Amino acid sequence: MTSSLVRPVLVSAVLFMAVTGLGYPLASTALAKAFFPRQASGSLVTHGGATIGSTVIGQDFHRPDYFHPRPSITGNTSYDAASSGASNLGPTSRKLLDSVRDRAHAYRKENGLAADASVPVDAVTASASGLDPDITLANAHAQAARVAGQRHLPLPRVVALIDAQATGRQLGLLGEPRVNVLALNLALDATASGGTP
Amino acid sequence: MSIDLLQFALVLAAMAALVVVAGRWLTHVLTDTAHALPERLTYRLLGVDAGSGMDWKRYGLALVLSNAAMMLLGYALLRVQSLLPFDALQRPSQTPDLAFNTAASFITNTNWQSYSGESSLSNFSQMAVITFLMTVSAASGIAGCAAFIRGLAQREARDVGNYWVDFTRVTWRVLLPACLLLSLVYVWQGMPQTLASSVDATTLEGITQHIVTGPVASLEAIKHIGTNGGGFFGMNAAHPFENPTPLTNTLHMLAMFLVPSALTYAFGRMLMRRRQGWAFLAAFVVMFVGFLCVVYTAEQHGNPAFAGMGIDQQASTMQAGGNMEGKETRFGIAQTSAFVAVTTAATTGSVDAMHDSLTPLGGLVPLSLMMLNDVFGGVGVGFINLVAYAILTVFLVGMMIGRTPEFLGKKIEAREIKYVMIAVLAHPFCILGFTALAAVWPDAPASLANMGPHGFSELIYAYTSGTANNGSAFAGLNANTPFFNTTIGLAMLLGRYFTLLPMLAVAGSLATKRNVPESQGTLPTATPLFTGLLIFVILVVGGLTFLPALALGPIVEHLAMLAGQTF
Repeated sequence: MTSSLVRPVLVSAVLFMAVTGLGYPLASTALAKAFFPRQASGSLVTHGGATIGSTVIGQDFHRPDYFHPRPSITGNTSYDAASSGASNLGPTSRKLLDSVRDRAHAYRKENGLAADASVPVDAVTASASGLDPDITLANAHAQAARVAGQRHLPLPRVVALIDAQATGRQLGLLGEPRVNVLALNLALDATASGGTP
Repeated sequence: MSIDLLQFALVLAAMAALVVVAGRWLTHVLTDTAHALPERLTYRLLGVDAGSGMDWKRYGLALVLSNAAMMLLGYALLRVQSLLPFDALQRPSQTPDLAFNTAASFITNTNWQSYSGESSLSNFSQMAVITFLMTVSAASGIAGCAAFIRGLAQREARDVGNYWVDFTRVTWRVLLPACLLLSLVYVWQGMPQTLASSVDATTLEGITQHIVTGPVASLEAIKHIGTNGGGFFGMNAAHPFENPTPLTNTLHMLAMFLVPSALTYAFGRMLMRRRQGWAFLAAFVVMFVGFLCVVYTAEQHGNPAFAGMGIDQQASTMQAGGNMEGKETRFGIAQTSAFVAVTTAATTGSVDAMHDSLTPLGGLVPLSLMMLNDVFGGVGVGFINLVAYAILTVFLVGMMIGRTPEFLGKKIEAREIKYVMIAVLAHPFCILGFTALAAVWPDAPASLANMGPHGFSELIYAYTSGTANNGSAFAGLNANTPFFNTTIGLAMLLGRYFTLLPMLAVAGSLATKRNVPESQGTLPTATPLFTGLLIFVILVVGGLTFLPALALGPIVEHLAMLAGQTF
């Protein structure tokens, strides 16, 4: 009963490995390269001839004159795009609550907020990938005064910049309104150097 | 709030529309008498006669042996990864216990990962092992379900179809075209699809960022259509490259539902009992919506401990609010909650948020969905599980009204009930047995990331996910130890084949029976009443089996959280 199964069992393993494991992904790669070359290679952003990152992958900003992304727990450093990661701490974890309290304290201090000012939740919680490219509008607005002060720009100008860079719900329905931190900071640099946002 | 509900409604409506289209196509593929050219070539290479039928034993044997050969091939490729091409990053080969776990995981459609994709697999392995096993495990699942449905439809016969024909056709006509199309849509939305291993960028602040890339879109397409679930990257579909926009998140969900829901339609058509197909789909949808409501409410409510720290979790036009630890800004609460429910209902295991960081009641939802294992369920197998419960329901009701139970015109007798009970009991036996073992295993606590009841949840989640062939994790658990790799690997194999094979036996046994004409004493099974009874039986059996274990994990954690206790 089993002897007649030997050939199809062995051949099917090798054949379907070749078809579904090599043929299909390679065909997809070729078509993707032909139709969507920018996205296929990782939606990279170039600035002054150099690759500065990817529009879909978050990156870290520490300088006070830039908008800052969400907390990130990846690899050895924050926003390590070769080793995505999350805290994986549950809601009753003391470790989680301690770090959230510390982050809220640091966020208020950095942005010159009152000690009892409320902090947007995305600004003090780590994202799932550690590479979240976006922040909420609430988070961006809370950072606007600091960035405006550092860059000697009028606050309304920075707020207008946030609104101009904001991404709405996709198709007017899906997902959440947000702003891409890299795009916002690039627009900010363009404004400071005299360009229009 | 209202826009959140609108997003849920859109997903369900789009799913319903796809049921008919995909259901018709699937029926055609499984019943067509003509063979296309690539299929004829495949049969010739395999040396099989496409015209010959198989009884359930031979069909099951072909399925198990071919899966075993594919698993061995995958294992071998992972062990010699460092010698294979396409890897500028020179990632080492996997260790024996890890490679066993990975190969077992992907051939059983579980896709549990004890490794992190970007640091452990080359682009060659991502394609020739992971994408390959994802496709063939989905094709085997659909084939198994096709044989099962044929068994139910047959009268006084033994033939349940030809495994090689089903497997070949599903791969060539359903999976490959659908995946190729979907992968291109994914690339359009921002997923990479390249053979380059990584790109180096220098950020605006002068920091070097190594960005790992690869053939992501082709893997994501089969990962969701085949309800597989293993990620290209460690953080799975939360990683922006695996899920760049809310649209890809929505497409992921629809792709996961595509085959499980279409199979109810194909079942209705192949048995000429369309109302029965819809009655089963209704049972899926009712349970799904109930669980979705729980996870959405719990997550939007957020973490009460944050309130005292002056953290704003209120939803507004400026933010989604809620429990954002382990979630992505672009998905917020609504898209994330829907994804949590879909991925565990369809036993995919793809995650767009870290389930370990869900609120206790939020985390209870994926656990319960995997424990029930038949709210949609994985490609093929979920439907088979639902029928197991339908037979159990007919049996229980038959006992109550004092008649010989009948299902789909066939008498249900001791033999079928015995097989159904093996299938129904293998699941909790595996989950609770291995969890109990892990709870007393000396080295196990060292792998936990969370203390207190949440730590127990991490353990039970791991074995539930493995047994249900889901693959999602409370990922704080470090499962890459010989103990966890081996036991979770065994749970995956037992969970898959000890539900699939007994149910194939049921189908084989029913196929040989005569049709019983419907009489006054026949319980109609395509009515809302029966759907209600079915849901009741599923919840009672599931509740009696798992509630004690759940009480030790998420339920006690919820009470502790409300009381302000931390661990």
